[in-house]
Amino acid sequence: MSLAAARDSAVAASPSAVPQRERGPWRRAFVRLVRRRGALIGAGVVLFFVALALLAPLISPYDPLAASFMTVRKPPSMAHLFGTDEIGRDVLARVIWGTRASLLAGVVSVSISLAIGVPLGLLAGYRGGWIDGLMMRFIDAMLACPFLILAIALAAFLGPSLTNAMIAIGISATPTFVRLTRGQVMSAKVEDYVEAARAVGNPHWRIALRHILPNILAPVMVQATLAIAAAIIAEASLSFLGLGQQPPAPSWGSMLNTAKNFLSQAPWMALWPGLAIFLLVLAFNLLGDGLRDALDPRQR
Amino acid sequence: MISFLFRRLLVIVPTLVFVSIIIFGLQQLLPGDPATALAGEDRDPDVIAFIRSKYHLDQPLPVRYALWVGGVLHGDLGESIRIKQPVLDLVLEKLPVTAELALFAIVIALVIGIPAGILSAVKNGTVWDYAANVVALWGLSTPNFWLGILLILLFSVELGWLPASGFVSPRENLGDNIRSLIMPAFVLGNAIAAVMMRHTRSAMLQVMASDYIRTARAKGLSERIVVVKHGLRNALIPIVTLGALEFGQLLSGAVLTEQVFTIPGFGKLIVDAVFNRDYAVVQGVVLCTATAYILLNLFADLMYFLVNPRLRG
Repeated sequence: MSLAAARDSAVAASPSAVPQRERGPWRRAFVRLVRRRGALIGAGVVLFFVALALLAPLISPYDPLAASFMTVRKPPSMAHLFGTDEIGRDVLARVIWGTRASLLAGVVSVSISLAIGVPLGLLAGYRGGWIDGLMMRFIDAMLACPFLILAIALAAFLGPSLTNAMIAIGISATPTFVRLTRGQVMSAKVEDYVEAARAVGNPHWRIALRHILPNILAPVMVQATLAIAAAIIAEASLSFLGLGQQPPAPSWGSMLNTAKNFLSQAPWMALWPGLAIFLLVLAFNLLGDGLRDALDPRQR
Repeated sequence: MISFLFRRLLVIVPTLVFVSIIIFGLQQLLPGDPATALAGEDRDPDVIAFIRSKYHLDQPLPVRYALWVGGVLHGDLGESIRIKQPVLDLVLEKLPVTAELALFAIVIALVIGIPAGILSAVKNGTVWDYAANVVALWGLSTPNFWLGILLILLFSVELGWLPASGFVSPRENLGDNIRSLIMPAFVLGNAIAAVMMRHTRSAMLQVMASDYIRTARAKGLSERIVVVKHGLRNALIPIVTLGALEFGQLLSGAVLTEQVFTIPGFGKLIVDAVFNRDYAVVQGVVLCTATAYILLNLFADLMYFLVNPRLRG
């Protein structure tokens, strides 16, 4: 092969040489996403919290459960950067370890919603008819119960624990995914490519899973990112009410619940866990907004 | 109009049936035998048998459901185990407190959300637009119980201007009533203001790009009249109807806000019921909120139909 031919083939193989119009839709969306400063900041903060959760045993300055009656309600200092709580535990250590409960709750709850909501929405939207009618009335009924009130009722009947809180949040958030998926499927199933797949004799399950599902994933992903933010607030709310993570295990919501009893003596106890919730939720909201802009075809 | 109302009411019936199934189904999530749980520590077999018979726990599930629905349709939501009072009476007793808080919150949300949304849309792409969006993101991302704690810290603990907790009835003292509701209403209204701001912004952006706005400008009308009289009046239709759907968020937020500020309303009722294992109250509150939400949805649809000449035509 001549030098010129080798260069030409190398240039052709290089991703940067691929003309804009030949890039796949996911790649184009990724390029749009990284151009959005808000989404990048959001992704950075989310990664920071993920790192905190994963590295908690290595970076936590103290044991989050170790009480010390010598250091009860000490204000922030070099020894305890975020101060200590009502039984002398290090607030920074508890905030770091609490990241695990919040992230876990966000991801697991939304995974439950996705695992139930997407197949049901796919079935309702694809089959239509009485199955759709029946399922939608049930979903309307679930949507009529305010999200947090339904989660509180479910958590109350299931019993207070982080696992049950995640199940309660996941079930309460499911109707949104059913409705979203159903709507997307209903508009996708009349497209030419679905008609073509049907014409060549594909079975229904294959059309739904191989042809429709990949084409409706973008809005579902956006909703999932925003739902993680809502689930993190919901977990913190349930823990704040005593229905989520149980003491002494660290959770931002339960830390705030304790902190509200010591506002005049130890205001720092309320500051840091709340700030952590705010930052993580804000980051997911920024990322979700950025994803929506990047994946919305009208933005192209 | 009548056929629209009829069709809308027809959809409500199966939705309410499913709501009742969900709420009745919550009972089935209770681990173990409810009669044994209600019998207390002693677990006297006679007491268990009495409870089983009283609450129809010895009947098949569909019969129990029918009996429960029959009771609900006659206004019997059960009785609170702890307070020994009918659940409906408890709900009606707490409702005015939460309703007043919700009303204050909505006013605050409208006062912040709509002007911020208009500003953001009219000054699209400027620093005002970014500032309004930052405020909206702040509202959406701040847990309202944390905001409540921060406000107590500032206005009650540090400055001593407002009471940290409690509720004063307007019949007792109107001034103290308002003072006791300012912080909780702001906390509750903050998140809804963010949603209202986003609704207003998108509705205004859409309206301001319409032909009739261009015509109004071409006629030489001042920008203020174009925005307020021609823009906002048309944008308000979806804003008001979408705003009505924030009722669910308002009730969810009220649960936490009432807990932080120790306000004896609807939200505190359900939380206290949860911790006292007063399941009839939990079910009653969920049923009442869901029914109210469905009726408010119907009202919003009707409003949308009435104020939108295109739908009526």
